[in-house]
Amino acid sequence: MMSTITLDRPTEQVTSKEASIAAQTVLELRNIEKSYDMKTLIIKDIDLQLKQGEFVSIIGPSGAGKSTLLRCINRMIEPSSGDIIFDGTNITQLSKSALRKQRTKIGMVFQHYNLVSRLTVFENVLHGRFGYKSTLQGILGLYTEEEKMLALSILEKLGMKDHVYKRCDQLSGGQKQRVGIARALVQQPKLLLCDEPIASLDPNSSKVIMDHLKEISQSMGITVLVNLHQVDVALKYSDRIIGLNRGSKLFDDLPKRLSQMDIRNIYGAEVDELIFE
Amino acid sequence: MTTTNFLRMKKWKMTGIIILLLAITYGSSMITDFDVMKGIKSIPGTIAWIATNLIPDAAAMENLPKVLSRLWETIILSVIASTTAAVCAFFFAIFGSKTTQINRILAFSTRLIASVFRNIPVVAWALVLVISFGHNVVTGYFALFISTFGTLVRMFMETIDEASADGVEALNATGATYFQMVFKGVLPDTMPQMLSWLFYMIETNIRSATLIGLLTGTGIGYLFDLHYKRLDYGTLGLITLSIIVVVIAIEFTSNKVRRMIL
Ligand SMILES: Nc1ncnc2c1ncn2[C@@H]1O[C@H](COP(=O)(O)OP(=O)(O)OP(=O)(O)O)[C@@H](O)[C@H]1O
Ligand SMILES: [Mg+2]
Repeated sequence: MMSTITLDRPTEQVTSKEASIAAQTVLELRNIEKSYDMKTLIIKDIDLQLKQGEFVSIIGPSGAGKSTLLRCINRMIEPSSGDIIFDGTNITQLSKSALRKQRTKIGMVFQHYNLVSRLTVFENVLHGRFGYKSTLQGILGLYTEEEKMLALSILEKLGMKDHVYKRCDQLSGGQKQRVGIARALVQQPKLLLCDEPIASLDPNSSKVIMDHLKEISQSMGITVLVNLHQVDVALKYSDRIIGLNRGSKLFDDLPKRLSQMDIRNIYGAEVDELIFE
Repeated sequence: MTTTNFLRMKKWKMTGIIILLLAITYGSSMITDFDVMKGIKSIPGTIAWIATNLIPDAAAMENLPKVLSRLWETIILSVIASTTAAVCAFFFAIFGSKTTQINRILAFSTRLIASVFRNIPVVAWALVLVISFGHNVVTGYFALFISTFGTLVRMFMETIDEASADGVEALNATGATYFQMVFKGVLPDTMPQMLSWLFYMIETNIRSATLIGLLTGTGIGYLFDLHYKRLDYGTLGLITLSIIVVVIAIEFTSNKVRRMIL
């Protein structure tokens, strides 16, 4: 879990000028790099800013480093160097317990839903409150009335009212993903990280999930960052698209500025490999 | 290399392995003077002997209460040793599993300890422990505990790695504490599998307890030893039968319980 390459730059304090930008900038990445083996860089010098309520997609070929980059943001994967400023705090150097506090404000949604399958929908959703509780409260499942009401209202909003007490292994993929989203929302996050949320779903469920995510960014003001491999979906939903190839950011602009040429650049390596093999 | 060549290579390798195994079997039976044919020929005779001598007669049935009380002692010992070992093994497995380890050094030492405990046979543990604790039930308990613990750590670790990586990741991402993650993310999905390992170990330990009882002079093993020395084959048959019945009963219960919680 320790960072393998030490930071060569001192961590800068967030100055007042930067703090004012942070009022609307929810997340800023500065020179983020990641290497698993201290030789090859999987993520190369990424700078990125996300504003409040923005819906941003990261596209790129398989192995480009989308999942790695996303997990560097909440330090599920420790970046090798660079700074992460989230909600006005530099979280790069935070201790484990301080990082845990920050993670409560960052929800995460996974391709394989990552639910505890033998527990009910309700229990899984309430897991999102753990960051706000003591260890014992969490283990004993002591939730306040407000927390339970919050969980129920979120489930209702996602159209899962009828499945609250069902065990998660009895749900369809689309329903599971909605539970995953509910668990993230119950954290009351400022940022939602979604790693290929629709990659295991059929087109109909995919649309339901993407519509919900879009709605979340628009009406709740939560910033949503989504890894996608379908360019058309990214074009349809995003306020901004980021193109990643071999760990480098090749594109960062409005969807309408994404040209055929850009797409070829972003996916180029993969297309070449396909031709050669 | 073409695919046909590759497949042919694989076939040759397979043939080679089979020939090698046959050679080793033949070679080792030469060395140890073990005549395979003679061994096979003696099977019918053995069965006939068992049928005539090991069937419990009326005299043996008089020993039934004694057998049952000793058997009960053995069952209790196995259950207590297995459950306490399982609880300890759970925590070791958590620290040793790749998905839930706290750090690598702790994980490595956990796995090493479990491996040492596991790879020394239970009989060897009993022999060593007899020296320090003497011929009593405590020796039996520790011998069973140690070997069960070693085995369960490994089984639990595999169960945790298989079943819970996804849930663990999600809970860590919400900002859950380590033990929230363990009790709410790992335990619910691994519990049934771990319980069935526990039942399996209880079965195994009833069999082992018999053997350990021989060494420590306790439980059903003590009784077995006693009647064996008296050449009282009828009672021996009764003891063996009762062990078989208990083991089957436990297997039956374990299946029932597992279906109930699944
Ligand atoms: N734990 C790890 N250890 C070593 N290398 C890793 C690890 N995780 C990912 N990688 C490597 O990092 C690169 C980027 O992986 P990543 O999963 O981030 O790609 P991705 O863009 O999400 O791909 P996909 O679309 O297939 O999910 C890959 O080459 C992968 O082999
Ligand atoms: Mg990925």
